[in-house]
Amino acid sequence: MTIVEIKEESDIVRARAAAKEVAAVVGFGLVDQTRISTAVSELARNIFMYAGEGEVRIEEINVPQRGIRVYFLDQGPGIQDVDLALMDGWSTSNSMGKGLPGVKRLMDRLEIQTELGSGTTVVIEKWVRD
Amino acid sequence: MINPNSIPILKLKEFLIVSIQTDLHDRMAEQLQHDILRRVSETSAKGVLIDISALEMVDSFIGRTLADTARMASILDAEIVIVGMKPAVAITLVELGLSLGEVRTALNLDEGYEMLQKSLALTDMEGEETSEEALAEEASDDDSRD
Repeated sequence: MTIVEIKEESDIVRARAAAKEVAAVVGFGLVDQTRISTAVSELARNIFMYAGEGEVRIEEINVPQRGIRVYFLDQGPGIQDVDLALMDGWSTSNSMGKGLPGVKRLMDRLEIQTELGSGTTVVIEKWVRD
Repeated sequence: MINPNSIPILKLKEFLIVSIQTDLHDRMAEQLQHDILRRVSETSAKGVLIDISALEMVDSFIGRTLADTARMASILDAEIVIVGMKPAVAITLVELGLSLGEVRTALNLDEGYEMLQKSLALTDMEGEETSEEALAEEASDDDSRD
């Protein structure tokens, strides 16, 4: 597991670089590596902008399929309406859930656990195609 | 002292050339926007070529900053052409749902340069037509005076 703490803006770059590195090791092609590092960049920026700080954890997985899983953890304000945040068009508004629909399209799985006032955990996965 | 956040901007005739050779963090992207607009204003450049062939990803922040820069430069009468985007970056941008707006793009520096020269030639022609019309009007004014 690779852990990148998000405390300042340059940590967003470190998080996406680390994700790309793991994605390459897992065996993703270049387009998927780009999808993964872009998704990580978006979600790491959300932590920095709306929660101030948090953590990105990147790991290889073999279940349900070989791939990559990335956790984004923060103790920020939380997302008020997750369903709404996942709807396209919402991404223009300035809120914690910014850009989630786009990230969902880039990945195979996106799950959000959030509680107002106590924080958000976002989990994304992408699986290697055989 | 060299600002570690600044990316060199070269002037070549009436154009500016920028090549982004490093993974852009947000502040760097903002600094670049500021620097490009300042140089356009200082040099009266008519076009800016931004080479992003070394960028391995363009996320929503970088994409928006590039699109905003192009719109701002156009208000300053300079056209921006983004060149060299990697195919994987283009695929990801579209899937992410990010549009670069009306930013012009070209496959490489050569094509971007040609694009700028063509639009510059068009603008020059329009300019000439206007001045010819103006001359003709002046001439007819002279005639009527005779």
